[in-house]
Amino acid sequence: MTQPIGSASDAIYGIHADALRVNRDRLSVLAANLANADTPNYKARDIDFRQVLAGVSNGGLTMARSAGSHLSGTATAAAGVVYRQPLQPSADGNTVDASQEQARFAEAATRYRASLDFANGRIQSLMLAITGGR
Amino acid sequence: MAGFGIFDIAGSAMAAQSVRLNTVASNMANADAVTGDPATTYRALHPVFHASRPDASGNAGVSIAGVVESTAEPQRRYQPGHPAADAEGYVYAPNVDVVEQMVDMISASRSYQNSVEVLSTTKDLMLRTLELGK
Repeated sequence: MTQPIGSASDAIYGIHADALRVNRDRLSVLAANLANADTPNYKARDIDFRQVLAGVSNGGLTMARSAGSHLSGTATAAAGVVYRQPLQPSADGNTVDASQEQARFAEAATRYRASLDFANGRIQSLMLAITGGR
Repeated sequence: MAGFGIFDIAGSAMAAQSVRLNTVASNMANADAVTGDPATTYRALHPVFHASRPDASGNAGVSIAGVVESTAEPQRRYQPGHPAADAEGYVYAPNVDVVEQMVDMISASRSYQNSVEVLSTTKDLMLRTLELGK
């Protein structure tokens, strides 16, 4: 679930906190595709990373409120989930291409790790500033 | 935390594939179990995969909807010298296609390996996330 983030963590991590969340959601979607590689009639899904990250970074897709007493809400990454166009659909209606899903899973895992490294770098810079290099 | 859902998804896929491997083992073991009565002859077992109820983000694992018996007729062989032969000298061998079972076994084993890979990558990413800032 994607939650709106506070301004403090926003200032430290920048876009990387959002990127981590979207990549984590995408890893779940791709894991479900791989798990259902042999399930009849299962349709492969994926997250449009660019679109969802842009939505999350702009404060997310928030519900329109016409009165102050209305509940507020932010759409989750599930809103950006799309069905994959199958390259070679199989006779049982399954549209999962295991090798393609594997490649995308590896890509999402690498992106997740990259975002982690960037976040770690921010923390280390802050620690350096706090301790003054001692 | 949503990321832990991947463990459930990959776990359900591994469980489903191991049921599939079990049915293959059972079919192969009984491939030559001939009888004198077609009604009592072993019939090939096939698991039915089904996408389980999706979690909050819409990602589904795999569940086994049931294990069905093949409806193909047992093979009739003329072996009058066989101790189990019926009055006309026929024995009935199971409707197990050994080549098909081998292919099924390889497919199940590949899918199982895919799930193990997903699991170990996810575990690695989660552990790195826990160590953020250290």
